[in-house]
Amino acid sequence: MTQIAPPPREVSPDDLAARKRPAGPAVRTLVSPLALASAKGRAVYWTVFTGVVLAFVLAFLFPVYWMVTGAMKSPDELVQTPPTLFPKSFSLGAYTDSWELMDLPTHLWNTVVQASGAWILQLVFCTAAAYALSKLKPAFGKVILGGILATLMVPAQALVVPKYLTVADLPLIHTSLLNDPLGIWLPAVANAFNLYLLKRFFDQIPRDVLEAAEIDGAGKLRTLWSILLPMSRPVLGVVSIFALVAVWQDFLWPLMVFSDTDKQPISVALVQLSQNISLSVLIAAMVIASIPMVLMFLVFQRHIIAGISAGSTKG
Amino acid sequence: MKTAQVPQRSAAAPPPTTGQRPAGRGAPSPFRRKLSHQARAYGFLLGGLLCFALFSWYPAIRAVIIAFQKYTPGSAPEWVGTDNFTQVFQDPEFGAAWRNTLTFTLIALLIGFAVPFVMALVLNELRHARAFFRVVVYLPVMIPPVVSALLWKWFYDPGAGLANEVLSSLHLPTSNWSNGADTALVSLVIVATWANLGGTVLIYLAALQGIPGELYEAAELDGASIFQRIRHVTVPQTRFIILMLMLLQIIATMQVFTEPFVITGGGPENSTVTILYLIYKYAFLYNNFGGACALSVMLLVVLGLFSALYLRLTRTDD
Repeated sequence: MTQIAPPPREVSPDDLAARKRPAGPAVRTLVSPLALASAKGRAVYWTVFTGVVLAFVLAFLFPVYWMVTGAMKSPDELVQTPPTLFPKSFSLGAYTDSWELMDLPTHLWNTVVQASGAWILQLVFCTAAAYALSKLKPAFGKVILGGILATLMVPAQALVVPKYLTVADLPLIHTSLLNDPLGIWLPAVANAFNLYLLKRFFDQIPRDVLEAAEIDGAGKLRTLWSILLPMSRPVLGVVSIFALVAVWQDFLWPLMVFSDTDKQPISVALVQLSQNISLSVLIAAMVIASIPMVLMFLVFQRHIIAGISAGSTKG
Repeated sequence: MKTAQVPQRSAAAPPPTTGQRPAGRGAPSPFRRKLSHQARAYGFLLGGLLCFALFSWYPAIRAVIIAFQKYTPGSAPEWVGTDNFTQVFQDPEFGAAWRNTLTFTLIALLIGFAVPFVMALVLNELRHARAFFRVVVYLPVMIPPVVSALLWKWFYDPGAGLANEVLSSLHLPTSNWSNGADTALVSLVIVATWANLGGTVLIYLAALQGIPGELYEAAELDGASIFQRIRHVTVPQTRFIILMLMLLQIIATMQVFTEPFVITGGGPENSTVTILYLIYKYAFLYNNFGGACALSVMLLVVLGLFSALYLRLTRTDD
């Protein structure tokens, strides 16, 4: 994104993350610091701490470890009892096999296309609509906003069948978006949650800032692009992450939209191909399918976690 | 919505057009200018509005219409009154699907509420490695649901699965897990909980950190034990968030699809057919879109009630 005006940042995810308390003398919680400071308290604390670390590692990291190393085991070793904790020999054969046998490049690419298209369209259309509703106040704007918010009451999954019929035969123009990335992209734009998030953020930006720009001769589009968007970087980041994750993780909708095998995203392809493929190849493909989102999480984890904890408690 | 402070320009009495730019706010705007302002506003709104109309509003109305039609793509729809509903009601899978969905939601709620709450309580007391806990607990959420489902399907496997291996090495009786009619549903709840609880834990954690420490101090001075402090301080202080998350969880878990589709295929003996799975079957296996929409409308009504309650409680403005 090219920035013309320097972005005046109001609340950045870094600020939110800064709320986390430092280790050591901390805000009072359930257990008093005094009780913790005693010898017995310290012993209990470190016992609990160790227990929790072990439990977390076992419950959340071990399955992932098991998956990553499982794909490195030979097919015989994979089914042997008792199972081995470490692969006897680390072989990446299953990974390369799954890459070719399951045609992972195609499916990964499909997923990337679907997710990034949905992300871009959502940013463009939702931002524009939120800007109009928040700052331009069109006639019937409140009715439209009400209609958009009403869709929050309608759980998305319950409507997949009529939505599928609409996508299969668009009204008036009678074209089908089945097996077309547009079938993912356009419905993704109708995301009331993200639109409302943007609108709420825009509402907080004083009108004077925008009016000053307009007096200086900036058009509506330029005001949006040069003034509002640079100020909205935190919320745009949150919306981007939500949009990307949602498409990447979705299963039911792409399962309906893409019947052509070579158009399917990785989630659908994995399930469709899981029947006739050897276990180690399937596990390798599962690992590969997880890498992009896990990587994104590890890179942006502070922002993602801050967004979850902050966004939801304010609600 | 607070809009009162925004000056509403009235449509009445447009002053004569001068072609000059008005000096600023409060200047009476000519009718023409107003019209072009509206046009521009709708220009910005158009893309989003079309998408909502096509993929949210229209399908919602259409679900209700098709529920009363015999509908096969390609041929003209035919009105059949409530036939779809009676047909769906008579389907033996219908009762099973609702029973399974409600049971799934109930168990998921019990586990999905208790486990994250306790986890958050404990994590909030720990002073070290906070970032580690947060990242690790959220990691499964970022693994694609399909992968989680396949992963657990492998764990549950009666031959090569880890689950029974662990049980037998601890000298515990093994289980049929997702392959047994009486254990399949619980097995699916375990998968869904593992995959989703990270978000819940983080939200509870944020809520717990918002509790003023003085409350605990005061309770302690009054001689309240740790459990009394939880009962009389922590729970009341987080009650609102708990209620919110419960409602959200009900709405989310009642739409469960990926786990039964990937792990059990609805079986064994229909023990894991859920409503959404049945909707999928009607549409894509039986090619009966009328029945699928009748089911969708029922699910919609039930979930809509919970959603309305949720929105009503979370409404912050006005």
